[in-house]
Amino acid sequence: MSGINDFVIKFATVNGSGSASANTMFAKTLFRMGIPVSAKNIFPSNIQGLPTWYEVRVSEAGYLARRDGIDFMVAMNPQTYQEDLQEVVPGGWLLYDETMPRIWNRSDVTILGLPIAEICASNWKDVRQRQLFKNMVYVGALSALLEMDLKVIEASVLDQLKGKEKLVSANKKAVDLGRQYALANFPCPLPIKVRHAEGAKGKIMVTGNEAAGLAAVYAGATVCAWYPITPSTSVAEGFEKHAKKMRVTKDGRHLYGIVQAEDELAAIGVAIGGAWNGARSFTATSGPGISLMSEFLGLAYFAEIPIVLFNIQRGGPSTGMPTRTGQPDILSCAYASHGDTKHVLLFPSNPTECFSMGTDAFDLAERLQTPVMVMSDLDIGMNDWVTEPFAWDDKKVHDRGKVLSAAELEAFKDVKGEAWGRYKDVDGDAIPYRTLPGTHPTMGAFFTRGTSHDESARYTEDGRIHARVIDRIRRKFDTAATIVPKPEITTRDKAGKVGVIYFGANRPAVLEALDYLERDGLKLNAMRLKAFPFGQEVRDFCAAHDTLFVVEQNRDAQMRQLLVMEAEVPPETLIATLNYDGTPLTADFVRKAVLKKLRPAKAQAAE
Amino acid sequence: MSYISKPIAHHPALPKNALGLTHREYEGSMSTLCAGCGHDSITAAIIEACFEMDLPAHRIAKISGIGCSSKTPTYFLGRSHGFNSVHGRMPSVTTGANMANRDLVYIGISGDGDTASIGLGQFCHAVRRKLNMTYIVMNNGCYGLTKGQFSATNDKSSPSKKGEANPFEAIDLCQMAIQLGAGFVARSFSGDKRQLIPLIKAAISYKGFAFLDVISPCVTFNNHAQATKSFEYVRAHNQAIGRLDYVEPKEEITVDYASGESKAVTMHDGSHLILHKLDKGHDPRDSNAAIQTIRENAAKGEVATGLLYINEAQQDLHDVLATDDRPLNVLPMSELCPGSKALEGINARLR
Ligand SMILES: Cc1ncc(C[n+]2csc(CCOP(=O)(O)OP(=O)(O)O)c2C)c(N)n1
Ligand code: SF4
Ligand SMILES: [Mg+2]
Repeated sequence: MSGINDFVIKFATVNGSGSASANTMFAKTLFRMGIPVSAKNIFPSNIQGLPTWYEVRVSEAGYLARRDGIDFMVAMNPQTYQEDLQEVVPGGWLLYDETMPRIWNRSDVTILGLPIAEICASNWKDVRQRQLFKNMVYVGALSALLEMDLKVIEASVLDQLKGKEKLVSANKKAVDLGRQYALANFPCPLPIKVRHAEGAKGKIMVTGNEAAGLAAVYAGATVCAWYPITPSTSVAEGFEKHAKKMRVTKDGRHLYGIVQAEDELAAIGVAIGGAWNGARSFTATSGPGISLMSEFLGLAYFAEIPIVLFNIQRGGPSTGMPTRTGQPDILSCAYASHGDTKHVLLFPSNPTECFSMGTDAFDLAERLQTPVMVMSDLDIGMNDWVTEPFAWDDKKVHDRGKVLSAAELEAFKDVKGEAWGRYKDVDGDAIPYRTLPGTHPTMGAFFTRGTSHDESARYTEDGRIHARVIDRIRRKFDTAATIVPKPEITTRDKAGKVGVIYFGANRPAVLEALDYLERDGLKLNAMRLKAFPFGQEVRDFCAAHDTLFVVEQNRDAQMRQLLVMEAEVPPETLIATLNYDGTPLTADFVRKAVLKKLRPAKAQAAE
Repeated sequence: MSYISKPIAHHPALPKNALGLTHREYEGSMSTLCAGCGHDSITAAIIEACFEMDLPAHRIAKISGIGCSSKTPTYFLGRSHGFNSVHGRMPSVTTGANMANRDLVYIGISGDGDTASIGLGQFCHAVRRKLNMTYIVMNNGCYGLTKGQFSATNDKSSPSKKGEANPFEAIDLCQMAIQLGAGFVARSFSGDKRQLIPLIKAAISYKGFAFLDVISPCVTFNNHAQATKSFEYVRAHNQAIGRLDYVEPKEEITVDYASGESKAVTMHDGSHLILHKLDKGHDPRDSNAAIQTIRENAAKGEVATGLLYINEAQQDLHDVLATDDRPLNVLPMSELCPGSKALEGINARLR
């Protein structure tokens, strides 16, 4: 049984019932008490009436991955009562609305019956209100059971109801009714409870998609095109929300343009047109959109146009699991489009990095003149994470890459010793100089095309020239490997030959697992990949180890394949460690996978 | 076939426009299309229109999809940036380009395959968005570049060169454009320069979505006598509705058009369109009448050409988006990036 500031509580509700805001308020209150929390929304691809869960892990130690084993269940959904009960650990608690009495067939779980509907019926006449305030009544009961700080709850209520102040007193009343009932009828507080802590102090609570939208604002993006798809929609919405506040002139003119396109083909086409014309441009999508965008990604790759694409991954293939998380697009993004193509990928591990890598993505795209994809996922994108605050250095200069002004065009030959050509490698880094439409009356015009072209962008069917140009573009990826974010390497055993490779949302689960494994007597080194193409550090780490667990959320061990293909890591050293059921990774999963391989006896004991 | 540049040999007698430029400076590289292809005539008309309008070529962006027609931007305006994108997607690329820089002139070139089949969705939505551009379809009723398959604009009555019948109804892009809210819709014929050049000028002057469907015979695959997009057929059935004069901003309107027969329409850039013979039935400011004119002529096997529809008061996408007067691509980072202080405020709100 877990204890103070260390437990998992799960809310089982029906979507569309208004529970989401009450649940968020609950998590936010704990966060504001300084307690590290993680909140995971498990929701259906549906608008109303289907089961939804909200899991909150409370961890003073700062372990914020999902954890199996529910200590406290708030069972508000009659459709799932029985399954929800089964999830509770022995010795745990279950709170339900006893207005409709139920039979609970477990004696090892304490059942707390709260007459929620009855309380609401006797206090409010309006049917909708009765429904909505039910959620606040259980929050009130929890406040007593878990000894939450009432003042902080009230502040959270105020915050949540900004602009709807009329509702504040009624909400407070609902909380109080639940609280008073619990104090009078339940053994408050329970052994699992909360207290003020320091771990979350100074942090922020935010979703990765809002962070990515904000990144685009800070990166100076002005053209955004998108097509609605879960779980990426809130990236464009985040951009719009922040741009509306910070990118509108005094006379109401927008310093940005957003187009909700007719489909993903158009969305990326708009981004490419904008980037070609010198505006920082981006789109956001998820798996099915990546498939549709593939042809255009090849064009942007071959014609060397810098766009940014936020891919908020979800479970595939096909429509797959639209509301469940995963990392199943690694290969389809690394090699998106036909022909020899390769793309720069960034792997943020939390919302803070969606912001920092999101802004880096625009610099990298323009520096390298190629699409850059930010590979987030539903877990990072749509869940609230307690994470480091966003940071911005005002001295930072956005890297707009090699774009020639009229004067630079005129002086090009004198400065560089040869005439300008759109696809000439003048500097030896395989990155050519580009010009924007409208720059100069007589110089710098060229024809951008997806057909084969020579160094001056002229159409060619000469195979030798074609090979020369695509070789130069491949060399550009050698340059890319030196400037993309370097991996995060943690060394627990300098001489150790065993390690873990991971990336993205798996970070908290892996770090937690590494702690447990150390207690199991296994000190493992670890490398978090932050980008593709892989730099020298990645190769060195792989070369220094002979057993590497590659933890990822897809069936086909796609990152492992990429390491074999692109970093030439011997396949026998890489052990696929795969979770692809759509739920965020747990530390337990990683620990067991490692033990199974290295300490089979211990693994059996852990089952 | 590779790129063949054209030598720029200046003949002192070549006429110059107000910018001191000759036709040659508005040309591109040598055409590689079939000799006699209608598309080449449209290319020549675009060159002529831009030359006569004294447009600085580097302030024009030419964007196309894929097809013989979409290759033509290489053959005109060599001083302009061009973008030969992917099949059927010119409208989205142009949308992004236009969003980034509202100050350039956008000429989009497409084919009937490019627009009426693979790109039909993008075409419709570019119209709906009221993109400020000139959208030219070089319409030959077939897929030239893939060797002559029927396209969706080929008339049902028009058989292939080998005599196979066309089983499907044709899409009339002008009718669609009008229904979807295009502000400027015209149809013309590659073989009628006198009609085509003023229409191109008017379309470029028009602020908003200007659509030009230009019948442009494919001499290799769809120019047999029974083909309704052949030179012979169109010459015999061309029904020019009204006549249009384009008057440059700098010129004065000299003709007397007050008689009721003619009407002057002032364009956004100060130029004028003089519409003649209005009383002969077709008023291009009436969208219902425009559609009726197209359909009545089509029912008789005739092709109504000329300015079919114009809405002088249309807004464009930038009006809808309320974007700044300055192009988005020149805004300095100091105005785009809110800085660390604002970020501190955002962090505070997330605590
Ligand atoms: C995605 C894709 N599908 C098919 C093609 C092959 N293709 C090239 S041009 C063309 C048709 C062009 O027809 P149209 O737009 O009418 O141009 P035209 O050659 O007649 O001027 C097709 C199908 C392609 N380039 N891309
Ligand atoms: S195939 Fe037809 S459309 Fe293509 S260049 Fe030849 S004549 Fe023109
Ligand atoms: Mg065609």
